[in-house]
Amino acid sequence: MLAEILQSLPQVLVDGIALGAIYAVIALGYTMVYGILELINFAHGEIFMTGAFIGVAMLILMTGMGWLAAMPAILALILVLVVTSILTGFMGVGIERMAYRPLRNSPKLITLISAIGVSFLLQDLVRFITEYKRGNYILTGPSMFNEQFSIKFSSISSSFSDAFFKTSTMILIIAVVIMMIGLDFFVNKTKWGMAMRAVAQDRETASLMSINVNKVISLTFFIGSALGGATGVLFAVQYGTIDPYIGFILGLKAFTAAVLGGIGNIRGAMAGGLMLGILEMFAAANLQLLTGGIFGAEYKDVFAFAILIVVLIFKPEGLFGKAVTEKV
Amino acid sequence: MNKLTSKLKGNKLAQIILLVLYVLITSLSLYLAQASVTAFLLMLFSLLLLYYTELPDRLKWLIAGVVLIGVIPFVSSTGPGYQSYMEVATVVGIYVAMALGLNIVVGLAGLLDLGFVAFFAIGAYTYGIFATGQAANFMPFGTFPLSGESFWIFILIGCFVAALFGVLLGIPVLRVKGDYLAIVTLGFGEIIRIVFNNLDKPVNITNGAMGLASVKPPEIFGYQFVYPNQFYYIVLAILFLVILAVRRFEFSKIGRSWKAVRENEIAAQSMGIHLVRTKLLAFAIGASFSGMMGVVFAAKQTFVDPTSFTLLESITILVMVILGGMGSVPGVILGAAVITILNLQVLTEVTNYLNQLSLDGVISFPEALAPAKMQRFIFGAILIIFAIYRPQGLIPSKNPVFDEESLKEGSKKHRKEKITVEPDKGFQA
Repeated sequence: MLAEILQSLPQVLVDGIALGAIYAVIALGYTMVYGILELINFAHGEIFMTGAFIGVAMLILMTGMGWLAAMPAILALILVLVVTSILTGFMGVGIERMAYRPLRNSPKLITLISAIGVSFLLQDLVRFITEYKRGNYILTGPSMFNEQFSIKFSSISSSFSDAFFKTSTMILIIAVVIMMIGLDFFVNKTKWGMAMRAVAQDRETASLMSINVNKVISLTFFIGSALGGATGVLFAVQYGTIDPYIGFILGLKAFTAAVLGGIGNIRGAMAGGLMLGILEMFAAANLQLLTGGIFGAEYKDVFAFAILIVVLIFKPEGLFGKAVTEKV
Repeated sequence: MNKLTSKLKGNKLAQIILLVLYVLITSLSLYLAQASVTAFLLMLFSLLLLYYTELPDRLKWLIAGVVLIGVIPFVSSTGPGYQSYMEVATVVGIYVAMALGLNIVVGLAGLLDLGFVAFFAIGAYTYGIFATGQAANFMPFGTFPLSGESFWIFILIGCFVAALFGVLLGIPVLRVKGDYLAIVTLGFGEIIRIVFNNLDKPVNITNGAMGLASVKPPEIFGYQFVYPNQFYYIVLAILFLVILAVRRFEFSKIGRSWKAVRENEIAAQSMGIHLVRTKLLAFAIGASFSGMMGVVFAAKQTFVDPTSFTLLESITILVMVILGGMGSVPGVILGAAVITILNLQVLTEVTNYLNQLSLDGVISFPEALAPAKMQRFIFGAILIIFAIYRPQGLIPSKNPVFDEESLKEGSKKHRKEKITVEPDKGFQA
């Protein structure tokens, strides 16, 4: 049994890192908003999904006009990424302005309900726009970056088999790393980043220090949503087929990743995302083997939620977070 | 208009006459125009009217009972639409009971549960497994399916099993802070669905995605319940008990502790309220209503499969509670009725009408925009609009205000005093 697990380990790692990278970036959106507003932004998964749809729509449009053939594919992708992230960024700002800001002083329960409402509204909006235009709400993007590569793990030791991956996986991982480094730099080294951290720490005091709190919150939503939207495009390129309901379950798992890394902690979210991705892929590949065929790969979602529940019970502050005591 | 209402206020006789007149007219129109959905809806509207009259509570209950047990089934019974009206009424009843259950969890105790349909699923499967041959796969003794007479016991068993799962989920989960609870219950709802979907191996318990077919209908002394008009009475009876229980709980000690926990956990705790126990009780009681109705649902549909228990269902129940008013029993009943009728009748009717129009070539109407498919959009919009503009819902919940003087004079006397009510301030901040 161990030999079989080892055999598939390299492939599990490659797939897990790709999936984990996606979780990590979406988790960033959750964790940034939670850090500042103490609100679970349920709509974040849907912003990711909308990003995926905008991206695929642009790619299809560009193919139709012949642009995709005219310019190098990577340039087209960068263009799509930039446009999508700007659009979803503004969408995030709009959502905050319309649905969350009027409720900032309401009980938390009400704001959560509004967030769930936004999430459902977006799902259906995307559904009917897509269905109206294409007749079917499941969308398949143009196939790009499909060249297969393999890493020869078998040359290291014969107990491993080779891991295969596509160019799109590599692009995904590189893009995510760039986004993460950029965000980390922005939050820790720039003036606006400092303002963000100040607002997260204490909104009222920050506003006394001449920080425009509303602007900072808008900025946070912009960055989180832009990252989410860009990840959506990368997801669509990597996995091909998208539908309006992918955002929900993916968002839930990304939230799990954020909790795993300690909610409000940006580096924690990155680590939590990668960990969850690898764990989930490991479970999908080996659950059947480990339990003697009782549980199959279809339980991988259950596995992810079980992690969430276990973390919340035993270490609610997450792996890298600090425990906070509630002030009265 | 204002003049009219001010004249009616305080004049009970006029109210009674108006109400009886309304019921008579609507029942006559339903009796004569059988296929008209509008007449049926107007008929149901009489109950809302009844709520707003100033009659004594007992009389209100009596009138509601007469209308629900006698008038509605009778006047709709002669036409072809009878079973479909009764079907709608039965489903409304099922959802009202579930929404009342969720109301205890969300409205009174302030715990956002996004996986509430899981308890409904547990109830449905509890009966479904034993009332089909499925149980023979893993039970070492007994012959299955059990006869339809066991249905009545299974209502209690379903109630108990759902409450048990509520506690089992609650014990670990209720220790986490409020907003995490939403996510965890969301996950729990999905877990239950996935588990039911895949529990056909290694031992075939739920028959997986195929679902359980031909569940035995309820039976008593050889009389079988098969049609919606028969289930209507079962649902009505259970609903009556549920409403009675909810009213009792709301103003009891436990009900007041739920509200205290909702407003401020720390303050409630320092007043000697056992947090975990109070929350667990809310979870268990809410879940048990849902479990009971799950059993009825399984028997009514005679078919159970995991697709009936998706997240959309959980959110639908949440929308009912928010629309009606968190914590308010009449509000939640109204919310559940409105949303269920919207779902079952109005949206499909409008869709059919629009399709007809586009067939006739009057307008070109794209299939993608069919209102029957727009549930998520409508529910999402309702949630946002009510959260922002009317968080207390259509009928805000009210707290009784006791007169201090009469309380001092003795507990016996104050029961006769009129208890005034004031709006519950919980969600208006």
